Amino acid sequence: MAKRIDVSGLSAYYGSHKAIDDISMTVEPRSVTAFIGPSGCGKSTFLRTLNRMHEVTPSGRVEGKVMLDDENLYGSGVDPVAVRRTIGMVFQRPNPFPTMSIFDNVAAGLRLNGSYKKSELKDIVERSLKGANLWNEVKDRLNKPGSGLSGGQQQRLCIARAIAVEPQVLLMDEPCSALDPISTLAIEDLIGELKERFTIVIVTHNMQQAARVSDRTAFFNLAAVGQPGKLIEIDETERIFSNPSVQATEDYISGRFG
Amino acid sequence: MNTSSTTDIPPLPPHDRSAVSGKAVRPGDRIFLGLSRGSGIALLAIMAAIAVFLTYRSVLAISGDKANFFTTLDWNATGTDPKFGIAVLAFGTLVSSLIAMLIAVPVAVGIALFISHYAPRKLSSPLGYVIDLLAAVPSIIYGLWGALFLVPHLSGLYSWLDDYLGWTGIFSYSGGAARSLFTVGILLAIMILPIVTSVSREVFLQVPKMHEEAALALGATRWEVIRMSVLPFGRSGIISASMLGLGRALGETMAVATVLSPSFLINTSLLDPGGGTFAQNIASKFSEADQFGQDALIASGLVLFVITLLVNGAARLIIARRKEYSGAAA
Repeated sequence: MAKRIDVSGLSAYYGSHKAIDDISMTVEPRSVTAFIGPSGCGKSTFLRTLNRMHEVTPSGRVEGKVMLDDENLYGSGVDPVAVRRTIGMVFQRPNPFPTMSIFDNVAAGLRLNGSYKKSELKDIVERSLKGANLWNEVKDRLNKPGSGLSGGQQQRLCIARAIAVEPQVLLMDEPCSALDPISTLAIEDLIGELKERFTIVIVTHNMQQAARVSDRTAFFNLAAVGQPGKLIEIDETERIFSNPSVQATEDYISGRFG
Repeated sequence: MNTSSTTDIPPLPPHDRSAVSGKAVRPGDRIFLGLSRGSGIALLAIMAAIAVFLTYRSVLAISGDKANFFTTLDWNATGTDPKFGIAVLAFGTLVSSLIAMLIAVPVAVGIALFISHYAPRKLSSPLGYVIDLLAAVPSIIYGLWGALFLVPHLSGLYSWLDDYLGWTGIFSYSGGAARSLFTVGILLAIMILPIVTSVSREVFLQVPKMHEEAALALGATRWEVIRMSVLPFGRSGIISASMLGLGRALGETMAVATVLSPSFLINTSLLDPGGGTFAQNIASKFSEADQFGQDALIASGLVLFVITLLVNGAARLIIARRKEYSGAAA
């Protein structure tokens, strides 16, 4: 259930403003790739181009190619809705559906994709909640609203919702930035387990987190405010944090700017 | 000069020096407190005065009624043997408002969704403006339009309904001018459409982006986003909007009085002329009523007031019961 992403010559725009410029990279299956870089460098925008969420923003526009194994996500005749069903996403702030119970939240994606028997649905919900390390905390209150959980639990609920549909890729946009350190640790452990099954891309502002969870790290930067963001380099995480090949990466990591 | 100017400054009044201890009251605060407290008290006093007046006159009327005030199918509040009851008025008011709600709420929610989530931006703001404009049309204009346009044009539709649904009894139509409760319902639906639409639209526009993106990221189509995120978030807003519309429909006077051909009969065939509503009955009888006749009309007004109160209370209950699941908690 994990595929390789191959991006080539990808640029994204907000109206006439170019947010990211000519990005090419490969994301390996069953691994965690972290995106780091200063605010406004376009790493979140780039993440959102990978499941065609960027174009949801009014005047959002994308050029270039994103290959998921051998299928171009931006090819003609590709339905963005179908793309989003194969590439899951977890957001910065936990966003369970407030009007749905915990069970319905996890089942929401399944119900979009087709009809399941009640027993099948129960099995998948249980498996997904276990996969998100949340089962033991919520198994007795599956019918309570998801918005009653703590922030960290809500974020794991969102992860359970995303993995319930068995996506090829899981995109995470700063999934821990609204959480306390203990919840953050729980999510980081979870990412380590999930990469056995999924291709994971995570945007993070926290460089220690990138160093802890990722196999490969991509550093993004922008020349100046108003300029488009660019990919500076992507390499093994160990190398990026010990001996990067570009000076700007080292400056950023050692805290000399950004 | 320098020394004299310092001595010119008057010493601070004693209470201002104790500002740190939290006892100082500045004049601005005191005036504003007085004004706002006064307004609050005035509001309560006016409410109480209205309630006492209505209740007093109503008690006079109901105790002078020689027939059952709630079940009598007649309105004869003059002479030595007054017999009048609100049964026809309650039936007509509730039925015409119910018809109005059944027509207006789905249409209004549809328009609101179109403006907030489907229409291109160039179209959505003029459309919203036109809807708001509809709310500004005086009700007598609606009444005239209803009497001169709707009534003659609905006969055809009613005959057609009679052909296919006449057997239900509700939709049987014996011809004649369509000055019926159903016509009133249609007219009221058009009149409450703007308020329901604009309140719903505001609520739909306030749906947090992150709820919609949650659905989108799962691969929801636009309709599925609306079903999963927008409608659940907007549910209590739709109920509030409907109640605002219902309040207007229940109390609408001029438009109903212009269109309806009143009678004191409960007619289960809603397409046939006849029936009446509280507000219409008061408007058409008040100017010719004597003192006791006015009391009787005031009593019927009190009943309308209580019905409106009950409807609002029920709506609040519905909203409160769903609170745990409402978007406000997130």
